[in-house]
Amino acid sequence: MIEFTFWDILRNLLLAARWTVLLSLAAFVGGAVVGMIVLFFRIAKNKWARRFASGYIALFQGTPLLMQLFLMFFGLPMLGLRIEPWTAAVLGLTFFASAYLAEIWRGGVDALPRGQWDAGASLGLHYLQELRLIILPQAFSITRAPTVGFLVQLIKSTALTSIIGFEELVRTSNAINNATFEPFKVYGLVALIFFVMCFPLTQYARSLEQRAAAR
Amino acid sequence: MTYSLDFGWLAGATGAIARGAATTILLIAVTTLAGTLLSILGAAGRRNGPLLLKRAIGVYVEVIRNTPFLVQLFFIFFGLPSIGVRLDPVLAAMLAMTLNMAAYTIEIVGAGLDAVPPGQTEAAMALGLRPRQVFIKIVLPQALKVIYPALTSQIVIMMLESAVVSQIAVRELTYEADMLQARTFRAFETYFVVTVVYLILSIGLRRLLIGGGRRLLGAGVS
Repeated sequence: MIEFTFWDILRNLLLAARWTVLLSLAAFVGGAVVGMIVLFFRIAKNKWARRFASGYIALFQGTPLLMQLFLMFFGLPMLGLRIEPWTAAVLGLTFFASAYLAEIWRGGVDALPRGQWDAGASLGLHYLQELRLIILPQAFSITRAPTVGFLVQLIKSTALTSIIGFEELVRTSNAINNATFEPFKVYGLVALIFFVMCFPLTQYARSLEQRAAAR
Repeated sequence: MTYSLDFGWLAGATGAIARGAATTILLIAVTTLAGTLLSILGAAGRRNGPLLLKRAIGVYVEVIRNTPFLVQLFFIFFGLPSIGVRLDPVLAAMLAMTLNMAAYTIEIVGAGLDAVPPGQTEAAMALGLRPRQVFIKIVLPQALKVIYPALTSQIVIMMLESAVVSQIAVRELTYEADMLQARTFRAFETYFVVTVVYLILSIGLRRLLIGGGRRLLGAGVS
């Protein structure tokens, strides 16, 4: 039997936390890219494009993330892709994030006055230029607080990837717990590490919200 | 090499899926009632309670909101026994879900309480109602009406998060799916079917809550 000191436990957890951070970042960036595409469909002039995007968003917001991860993990190999927990985790969280981010940004686009579109058109801009130069910058700016808020949710959601076998913070903590039999200490520390990652972002989102309200 | 989907196992699995779904519904029903009650108490305590209580509620809300539900669940189920609190899986799941949901709904209910104009309280006091009556009969119904849509969303989110409690062997929908796929080796099909069941549950739950809310809180609830 190996003896674990408190510092051994903490060091191993912190090493594993790197993967949590990396996965959160990868999923956030991936989710932003895919979310932009979904957003384009969601605010398109074509009715079927809008319906498709609404359905996509409703699907991801109406089913558990754990099921989405399982489907990714077991479904992709059927397409002939060699899949590892890391790939399934990144792809699963990317699609999950894209649905939420698209919906958040759509709220921003809807909140802009109609006159912004008209003004863009009267300047002779075509649709994509209007989006790029006028609509999206404003929509992103007013949805900054919920976007940061969602990042917090995404970081917490990475915990679920432990269930499909990705070696992040929670999976490592399970292993350490099985070796040390000190669940109170181990899971308490894990909670603390997550708190340290998420709380500053929560506070940042809150300050953005207050700044937006004051304007 | 192509993979062909096979749903032949489904006929023999409907019982297990239905049992799992029933447990999921039971979990979310208990959580909704206990969580809403706790969040009303919490929101009221955060506004009118003694300073120490206000602080404690604030810390509780921040800790829960900034840590993953899965870790909270493991802490309650695996961690608490080491200080002498041993819960069976279903109770641990209900406790974790209630504590998790209340942290979010305390803020929602609080926003609702703030949205009721102070004139309502003053008018009720002037009519000679006691403070508790004012809160229960005048302020709370109006607050709940304002926040009902947000509360509904939070309940649906909690139902979806309850998939995680399969990890402490609560025999709900996801747990039954895990068992089925271990027996049939049809993992993708099993999780696909169960995902559809979750989708139906979340749509149904939302409809039910909106319909029930209209009846309970009057027209105008959406």
